[in-house]
Amino acid sequence: MTDEPLLRVSALSKFYGSRVGCDNVSFDLWPGEVLAVVGESGSGKTTLLNCLSTRLLPSSGTASYRMRDGQFRELYRMSEAERRFLMRTDWGFVHQNPADGLRMTVSAGANVGERLMAVGDRHYGKIRATAVDWLSRVEIDEDRIDDEPRAFSGGMRQRLQIARNLVTGPRLVFMDEPTGGLDVSVQARLLDLLRGLVTDLGLAAIVVTHDLAVARLLSQRMMVMKDGRVIESGLTDRVLDDPRAPYTQLLVSSILQV
Amino acid sequence: MATPLVVSDVAKSFTMHLRDGIKLPVVAGVSFSIRAGECTVLGGPSGAGKSSILKMLYGNYAVDEGQIIVSHDDGLIDLATASPRTVLAVRRQTIGYVSQFLRTVPRVPALDVVAEPLVERGEDHESARDKARALLAQLNLPEKLWALPPATFSGGEQQRVNIARGFITEHPILLLDEPTASLDARNRDVVIELIAGKKTAGVALLGIFHDHDVREAVADRIIDVTAFAPGKIAA
Repeated sequence: MTDEPLLRVSALSKFYGSRVGCDNVSFDLWPGEVLAVVGESGSGKTTLLNCLSTRLLPSSGTASYRMRDGQFRELYRMSEAERRFLMRTDWGFVHQNPADGLRMTVSAGANVGERLMAVGDRHYGKIRATAVDWLSRVEIDEDRIDDEPRAFSGGMRQRLQIARNLVTGPRLVFMDEPTGGLDVSVQARLLDLLRGLVTDLGLAAIVVTHDLAVARLLSQRMMVMKDGRVIESGLTDRVLDDPRAPYTQLLVSSILQV
Repeated sequence: MATPLVVSDVAKSFTMHLRDGIKLPVVAGVSFSIRAGECTVLGGPSGAGKSSILKMLYGNYAVDEGQIIVSHDDGLIDLATASPRTVLAVRRQTIGYVSQFLRTVPRVPALDVVAEPLVERGEDHESARDKARALLAQLNLPEKLWALPPATFSGGEQQRVNIARGFITEHPILLLDEPTASLDARNRDVVIELIAGKKTAGVALLGIFHDHDVREAVADRIIDVTAFAPGKIAA
């Protein structure tokens, strides 16, 4: 384990005019750590995720990322091209709706292969073999490799999106409600898969979810957001088993027991 | 004798914001230490705060006041104020915990649930699984269950998976929250044996045992938790 964080976020704020997106958010993320960001719709968690992944630029604050050479770079001072390169190679972004993260009209294999080509792989046979390997890791049969994701079920599409993101061996993955909109049985399978991949690959991840059970299963640390602010943070099981803030207590007490 | 865990003046209360902010004091002035090679037992009636104390020592409950000093990684750490990252490192290396109930993860087979803490500490999958098999066999869990996720197991079967998961590592401190509650006599005896083995290995154990026979068999010292009732401090 290294002693330096992978990502350092300091006083990050995003305002939409006079409306608050997220307000004064600070945290460090270490390699191999999964951080869950929870809160209800409109709490600012997706704004935060979009700022961190540089899909949005914040109004103020800084975020620095430790590059593979060990140097910290200030994300919002990078050029657009540098940020895109980071996004294509060292980062992944798993969208709630797989259609936002996949190319729906090219084959499953090409969806995975495309990311490899973006990092410079050119050998067709190797790309295809890697694609097959990744499809099997996300439990998609090899004989579906030439099918378009349009022909896949929601759960399969989500697993394909995960394969597409992880194939380049990223060190940090952003996930926006990765299990949202899926049947519970499909969710369980996906969560188990994500848990295994995150552990095996030593990924760091920031997972935005409104589902506290997902947060408990995937993350070690958790931040609770309300009205753009982080109102409570800590170890996931501590926050869920001994919630301190009134709003966290409300969230935890609202979980339905099966 | 080594005391890897020292608790001093710890207090805990719950503030129920959804119930007009009423404050429920749980314990106050909790002070004790546990010694390597001994099993210390927390005694007292239900509701006295025994589980809450264990949960604070594991970082699962926040601590309002006081210190929990643990020997970790050649240094001393105050768990009451440690960062989440430090608490995770302490859990990985220093403090093990057998909870009252197993929290199951969908689709993960019992064998891997048991092996997981070893894999997290860097042991390779196969040797971790070998140790898991040995423990599950010792705890008489039928072999046909090992490849199945424990969600559908009986209470006693789940508890044995939970015990195996807690005992598989060589954590120098082990917390036990009623590990024998749903076990039959034969398996209770196995747990007593396992605890004896940990003591010989120099592990400091701290447990809650409602079963009188088990408590008699394992306890070197009993700490009466009613002494930490919040009212007593005020008086």
